[in-house]
Amino acid sequence: MAKIILNHVSVSYIVGDFSTVGLKDVIIQKLKGTYTEKEFTAVKDVSFELEEGELLGIIGANGAGKSTLLKVISGIMRPTEGKMQVDGSIASLLELGTGFDGDLTVKENTFLRGAMLGYTREFMNETYHDIISFAELEEFEDRLFSHLSSGMKSRLAFSIACLVNPDILILDEVLSVGDGAFRKKSEQKMLEIIHGGTTTLLVSHSLEQIRRMATKVLWLDRGNQVAFGETEEICNEYENFLNGK
Amino acid sequence: MELFRKWGLQLKKHQFLFEELVKRDFKKKYKRTILGMLWSLLSPMMQLFIMSIVFTHFFGQDKAHYTIYLFAGNLTYSFFRDSTYGGMNSLMSNAGIITKINLPKYMFLLSKNVASLINFGLTLIIFMIFVAVDGIAFSFKFLLLLYPIFWMIIFNIGCGFILSALFVIFKDIQYLYDIFTLMLMYLSAIFYYTDTYPEHIQRLFYLNPLYVYITYIREIIIDGIIPDLMVHGLCALYAILALTVGALIYKKYNYKFLYYM
Repeated sequence: MAKIILNHVSVSYIVGDFSTVGLKDVIIQKLKGTYTEKEFTAVKDVSFELEEGELLGIIGANGAGKSTLLKVISGIMRPTEGKMQVDGSIASLLELGTGFDGDLTVKENTFLRGAMLGYTREFMNETYHDIISFAELEEFEDRLFSHLSSGMKSRLAFSIACLVNPDILILDEVLSVGDGAFRKKSEQKMLEIIHGGTTTLLVSHSLEQIRRMATKVLWLDRGNQVAFGETEEICNEYENFLNGK
Repeated sequence: MELFRKWGLQLKKHQFLFEELVKRDFKKKYKRTILGMLWSLLSPMMQLFIMSIVFTHFFGQDKAHYTIYLFAGNLTYSFFRDSTYGGMNSLMSNAGIITKINLPKYMFLLSKNVASLINFGLTLIIFMIFVAVDGIAFSFKFLLLLYPIFWMIIFNIGCGFILSALFVIFKDIQYLYDIFTLMLMYLSAIFYYTDTYPEHIQRLFYLNPLYVYITYIREIIIDGIIPDLMVHGLCALYAILALTVGALIYKKYNYKFLYYM
């Protein structure tokens, strides 16, 4: 039973300088007939299938469309073309810091962030202490979030996120959090979740990490799918490609 | 209808998040101080005080219960302004979350509206104290106020939908909206009476939804009469219209907002 199937999926953005343009400018441009909207295809024709319990490593340079692909799979964006099938509950950890509010305390932020990840209140009440102790922030519960150091912030973010027990887990560069000791602890925790039968998508710039963890690898380059297949084979190809550049 | 049913189910599923968002917005609004909360009550009161002095002393307005007349108008207008401004910003100020986590977007708007509603509720209590002090006897008819308040909430949410969507795409809408609300204030007969105008002009006032809601409240409280069927109908009509348009925009642009954030 396949958990994730992507069939010739393309995703495009509408681009233009409209994020700085107001109503006034648009009206003027429309009257003049100079109003243009450009489309930018960030992901072109990507196809792959993932079975339950597999870990897909996604590699490629910056701007290869990795994050866009993850956004599509997590349901934030829709494919412009192609078909996609995703079965099961998704927990997507794109940028761990999302949703935290500097004006709230650590405790309040923990609950808010937990709610965003789809936990229930009962679950948060039960696991709150585990989260805080995993993040090693017991003395900071009532501090404002903005007063934490950036390492502490990401430790908290990771600790909340790693309690998920989803069918599909989406990780975007989140395993490189905190100091050495914490990083080791967090990777171990992630491996526990992954080995529990969760299908995982992992974006990482660390080829060594991909080799160690992934069962399949997808290589993207400027939106195009270069290769999809077994970890060793593609990692070697990618390495050759990087060295040859 | 199907759309609203679906949203209702989603809201139930995300109830915990919704409660947390409300808490967040509330705490941020009042900066967790008693004074912060007091201040948001005090500011419409001061405004009322100034307006009342200006119009009774300088412009010689001496009709009975003029302060209540003014307050009823101001109350409605402030509620609308507060909740639509909050609504307008609700998508953009949560852009970081919306672009990273797949959540129903209208939740951010609704949570802002809850915060404004609480504020409105508190002001309403003060309004009732004023009514009592002004020597107006309380009657069972006052319970009918729930009718325009219900539709006002719907209307404000609808306008919030529309504005927040526009604000995502056109960043200058906030300046235009400043002017618009100012104009709306003058057109809503907050501090003047409409009965000096000819009949057909008076009817034009009913094109303004805020005027309809204000009129409902005034007729119940000051005149002690139940507004006619047309006013009841308009209350509902404007609200349903705003909500439908807003909901359709959200449905249509749900996946497009992202491009503009």
